Amino acid sequence: MYSRQHFDEALDALNQEVLTMGTLVEEALRNAVKALVDKDIDLADRVIQGDTDIDRQQLDIEDTCTVLIAKEQPVASDLRQLVATLNVLGDLERIGDQAVHIAEVMKRLYGEPYMKPLIDIPRMAVIAEGMIHDALTAFVEQDPEAARSVAGRDDQLDALHAQVLRELLTYMMEDPAKISQGINFLFLSRWLERTGDHVTNICERTVFLATGKHVTF
Amino acid sequence: MEEQPSKFRIKDLDLFYGDNQALKDVTLEVRSHRVTALIGPSGCGKSTFIRTLNRMNDLIDHVRITGDVLYEGVNIYADYDVIELRKRIGMVFQKPNPFPMSIYENIAYGPKIHGITSKSLLDDLVENSLKAAALWEEVSDRLHKPALGLSGGQQQRLCIARVLAVEPDVVLMDEPTSALDPISTSRIEELIFELKKKYTIIIVTHNMQQAGRVSDTTAFFLNGVVVEYGDTEKIFFNPEDSRTEAYISGRFG
Repeated sequence: MYSRQHFDEALDALNQEVLTMGTLVEEALRNAVKALVDKDIDLADRVIQGDTDIDRQQLDIEDTCTVLIAKEQPVASDLRQLVATLNVLGDLERIGDQAVHIAEVMKRLYGEPYMKPLIDIPRMAVIAEGMIHDALTAFVEQDPEAARSVAGRDDQLDALHAQVLRELLTYMMEDPAKISQGINFLFLSRWLERTGDHVTNICERTVFLATGKHVTF
Repeated sequence: MEEQPSKFRIKDLDLFYGDNQALKDVTLEVRSHRVTALIGPSGCGKSTFIRTLNRMNDLIDHVRITGDVLYEGVNIYADYDVIELRKRIGMVFQKPNPFPMSIYENIAYGPKIHGITSKSLLDDLVENSLKAAALWEEVSDRLHKPALGLSGGQQQRLCIARVLAVEPDVVLMDEPTSALDPISTSRIEELIFELKKKYTIIIVTHNMQQAGRVSDTTAFFLNGVVVEYGDTEKIFFNPEDSRTEAYISGRFG
């Protein structure tokens, strides 16, 4: 009685494309922070250039979704998968942009000695990358429980961001000459914290996909 | 579900063709002035079900029915004059079946049988029915030409006009567009939107997109059982039953 094998294969292939885009985004974030820590300006340039690929991939996958909607006229969970994918693409693309912002700050700071060793910002990056990876796994496996658990990790990013903010404030109050660099670091922390919010959106879409219900984490 | 008075209440309905049970314990309410779609694979009982609503199954031998079919609160299998019932509950079939007479006579036939003889009254009925079926403009200059000269889509709208001419309350449609091209199909669908203001409509369709487009409520039949019944939006967005999901998304049937 089984039919629509072709369509099921297309939906699986779509998930693979989303995972591939997710891998690019994770790498961009990891490399942006690595460039910052290692003061590697070439790596920062590669992150900035690589964003074009992420943007193109977003549009390609979007077109795939649109064509599947037009040709296959999906309903129920098939339709929810396509709608959720379109939303997830937007969040992934935004995370890619955060990586570019980080790489640009790295270039702006290039040549300056850092006012303090970078500890919390690389930790935030590791947490954010892990969240992106696990959130996309939950998404393609349509696993709402896993999604809920990943979204819970956003609290760690929020806490680290608050900690970085407090610490930078003390440095800047002590020495106004550090304000310029301090503000740049503050933005870095803020973008990594925002990454967690985008991942949380992906987790919410996963619950929608699996259950048809909208939740807010 | 939005509150609407119910037009039909069907309770514990079983229907047998000889030893073969075609409907099993069907219980549902059809709301007034709404379009209810009946979907399901061939042989699932949806056409049998729609035919119980105006007792078309009476014409078939060895049919046995138990349970209640209440139309406006009255059990149509106990207390109803069948002729009156079928006047109140009209039916449009899969294949357009105009009578081999003129367009005018096709429409006037029913009202005449029900005793209307005044020429001006019949003229008005013919015009109003053809207008309500969105056919008037295409045929007003050839009312006395043979109905069989019309295109398939026009013939089907003529059949709808013929139903409307006896001033029914409910219109049953058994796959009304399955023999029509896409343009004719979409005209019938637009017509359904208009008709539901005045009538209660129940439509059997094999076309999922059509059920999604035209109906307010959908019932999914499988092997004579109503698997799921509810708002069309809910059925097509997030059905409760995995068999409903499999059927509407084309995984079986």
